[in-house]
Amino acid sequence: MSPDLLKLIFGRLGLESLPLHEPIVVGTFAVVALGGATLLAGLTYFRLWGYLWREWFTTVDHKRIGIMYMILGIVMLLRGFADALMMRGQQMLAFGGSEGYLNAHHYDQVFTAHGVIMIFFVAMPLVTGLMNYVVPLQIGARDVSFPFLNNFSFWMTVGGAVLVMASLFIGEFARTGWLAYPPLSNIGYSPDVGVDYYIWALQVAGVGTTLSGINLICTIVKLRCPGMTMMKMPVFTWTSLCTNILIVASFPVLTVVLALLSLDRYVGTNFFTNDFGGSPMMYVNLIWIWGHPEVYILVLPAFGIFSEVTSTFSGKRLFGYTSMVYATVVITILSYLVWLHHFFTMGSGASVNSFFGITTMIISIPTGAKMFNWLFTMYRGRIRYELPMMWTIAFMLTFVLGGMTGVLLAVPPADFVLHNSLFLIAHFHNVIIGGVVFGAFAGINYWFPKAFGFKLDVFWGKLSFWFWVVGFYLAFMPLYVLGLMGVTRRLRVFDDPSLQIWFVIAAIGAFLVFLGILSMLMQFAVSLLKREQLKDVTGDPWDARTLEWATSSPPPDYNFAFTPVVHDNDAWWDMKKRGYQRPLTGFKPIHMPSSTGTGVILAGLATAMGFGLIWYIWWLAAASFLAMLVVGIGHTFNYHRDFDIPAEDVIRTEDARTKLLAGAK
Amino acid sequence: MTVAVNPTQTGEPLFYLADEHPHPEGYSTSLGFWIYLMSDCLIFAMLFATFGVLGANYAAGPAPKDLFDLDLVAVNTSMLLLSSITYGFAMLTMQQNKVAQTQIWLAITGLFGLAFIGIELTEFAHMIHEGATPQRSAFLSAFFTLVGTHGLHVTCGIIWLVTLMVQVGKFGLIEANRRRLMCLSMFWHFLDVVWIGVFTFVYLLGVLR
Repeated sequence: MSPDLLKLIFGRLGLESLPLHEPIVVGTFAVVALGGATLLAGLTYFRLWGYLWREWFTTVDHKRIGIMYMILGIVMLLRGFADALMMRGQQMLAFGGSEGYLNAHHYDQVFTAHGVIMIFFVAMPLVTGLMNYVVPLQIGARDVSFPFLNNFSFWMTVGGAVLVMASLFIGEFARTGWLAYPPLSNIGYSPDVGVDYYIWALQVAGVGTTLSGINLICTIVKLRCPGMTMMKMPVFTWTSLCTNILIVASFPVLTVVLALLSLDRYVGTNFFTNDFGGSPMMYVNLIWIWGHPEVYILVLPAFGIFSEVTSTFSGKRLFGYTSMVYATVVITILSYLVWLHHFFTMGSGASVNSFFGITTMIISIPTGAKMFNWLFTMYRGRIRYELPMMWTIAFMLTFVLGGMTGVLLAVPPADFVLHNSLFLIAHFHNVIIGGVVFGAFAGINYWFPKAFGFKLDVFWGKLSFWFWVVGFYLAFMPLYVLGLMGVTRRLRVFDDPSLQIWFVIAAIGAFLVFLGILSMLMQFAVSLLKREQLKDVTGDPWDARTLEWATSSPPPDYNFAFTPVVHDNDAWWDMKKRGYQRPLTGFKPIHMPSSTGTGVILAGLATAMGFGLIWYIWWLAAASFLAMLVVGIGHTFNYHRDFDIPAEDVIRTEDARTKLLAGAK
Repeated sequence: MTVAVNPTQTGEPLFYLADEHPHPEGYSTSLGFWIYLMSDCLIFAMLFATFGVLGANYAAGPAPKDLFDLDLVAVNTSMLLLSSITYGFAMLTMQQNKVAQTQIWLAITGLFGLAFIGIELTEFAHMIHEGATPQRSAFLSAFFTLVGTHGLHVTCGIIWLVTLMVQVGKFGLIEANRRRLMCLSMFWHFLDVVWIGVFTFVYLLGVLR
């Protein structure tokens, strides 16, 4: 075939795009291909495709979508953590003239992919998954406001993850760092597909995130059960509301800034170039106007989880509910007034730097208020040290430390010394692992019995906990030291042999965290095997306080046979105290949304379009775009999107639960 | 929805609704669509901000004074404003349940929208012909992107409008279609408001500068 025709069909994709010269990538590919083939063969052999498609892929049930988000987050955690281990290994070895085992081309992709994956495809899915699962249950709703949109949002997130994963084996990922600053990320310095993978993965996933933000705001505002005024909402619902407001008010900024970068790269415009009037600083400002709220998007739901957990396992009403709500709202607003602290050194001048330094320090006040609220909730409480509570205690200790180094970095003169050093790396891992990741784990251990009807195994859970916590401190405390000594981030080789010991300690820490992740996978496996022993039939294994524990575990498709009526912040606690009797008769048909495959198809087409744009396969991009338009418009011609669960089905489900509950007593 | 949450007559607290009605279809749609519009508004806000920062960086190339033909832009603006009025008429006739008239007003709205896009494309073609391409300077990059994004939105609006006309033709002014027309109405007026910003901020102030 002529080269022109090949170019028309495959764009710039060719055999040389496959990283066959990188033995590490080839080895990884072999393992992934083998594992993937086994999985696919297994699914085919056990004839599970139909089941998966009908019951999971096309579902609009917020609970199943939430679980799928969690699975996505955990799978991507393995990928992102593999990158982390590779970096720790490289930095431990590359001393005294050694080049380590990663060349610069590969190492730069590894640290970029690590950041992108951990934020967008681990932390975001875990947080979104928990919100999706828990919020409708906590507010006594049957589903979210827009169930189809929810399914579509999830698959768009998957589409973004697929593109990132594809970059590992087809072509390469960005070598720019996780925010892809121009001019490095512009076409002149990054002519390869790496930055294009970055752009389209985030654009595809970003659409999903924005839509799910709109969806959950509407759900919380419109679908609360009778009696649940705003100030009677559980704190997790409050933090979810604020997080989703942040999502809707910040992700469009990311969409714009990435769109402008792609115009620079594809069309040759001059937004962020160094000549023709472009301004790379404009990019840095815009992306941090999204980026700073993003960290609060992640941590606010974690704060909500800790609030629920602390109050449940202390057996007490949450201390200072009102101040907790106001602190959350204040953080939401302040998170928009601090973005410039990410680049104090870029010459904005003393007055601008002072303003942003002060606003940054002010954020520690509402956060500190929250910390005291949790402490006072525990004070004189009857604390049960179950796994969720252990994660919460670890969070409180770790996060305070991370918060303090954050306030330190907020002082502009100090930041001039520490900017882009390993001190910064230690700081943000300190708050993101200590806050978001520990929060997600507390949430997983706390709500797992609700989702599956049995508790998680305690032994492996504790093992995982201690590996994670000890590993975290070993891995990141040395980075604080190195940062104070002036070591900058993203270095591949080192000259000064006296630094090596700190990197060795950090690598040992990372290995302990690895054991922590393995223990967590073991915990899931062991719990599944021991599910009969760990079974909970009451639906309320922790003697908890909010509405999600009022229904069975796992909840029926319709969540609540009758919509609950709420009189108190701790609605379920109030019901238990006042002798609530579960209704046994009078069930009626329940109106529910129907499943649809449109979300999967649309997201698949969006992913194909992204792939076409990355590789300049214009026909594929155009065809997928047109197909999306047709499928999307076609979907609007379907006016019958819901059905009724017949009363007999409701009666059968509820009677089964009545029997179970009677058996438990 | 107001529901009595006080204790029932027997003094027992009420913990669930024995007799409830599902939320009507489209219960959250207008709120959801408003929030979507605000997120879209933020997209325009960022493009305006970019234009504000880069809009005077001509890179020794053409400036607004050399490029903008205010008469043409005035005609174009009136196209869009008239289309908003005619969409308003479509909504009024929709309220009176007059299918044919609604369709006619929608069609007129669509034609005004097409005229707007046509004039805008002519303007763009003229500028590019003169060498004022999006690649020429940061000012032109920001100009084409801001105005082009608005034009793209209007194009999407026209596609949506045609879809809704087909659906109204097929299924009549049923509740779902009324809701959809209402959403498109908000979208259409929103684009009008954005255009007022573009007209003032980009064209008028640009020529003054």
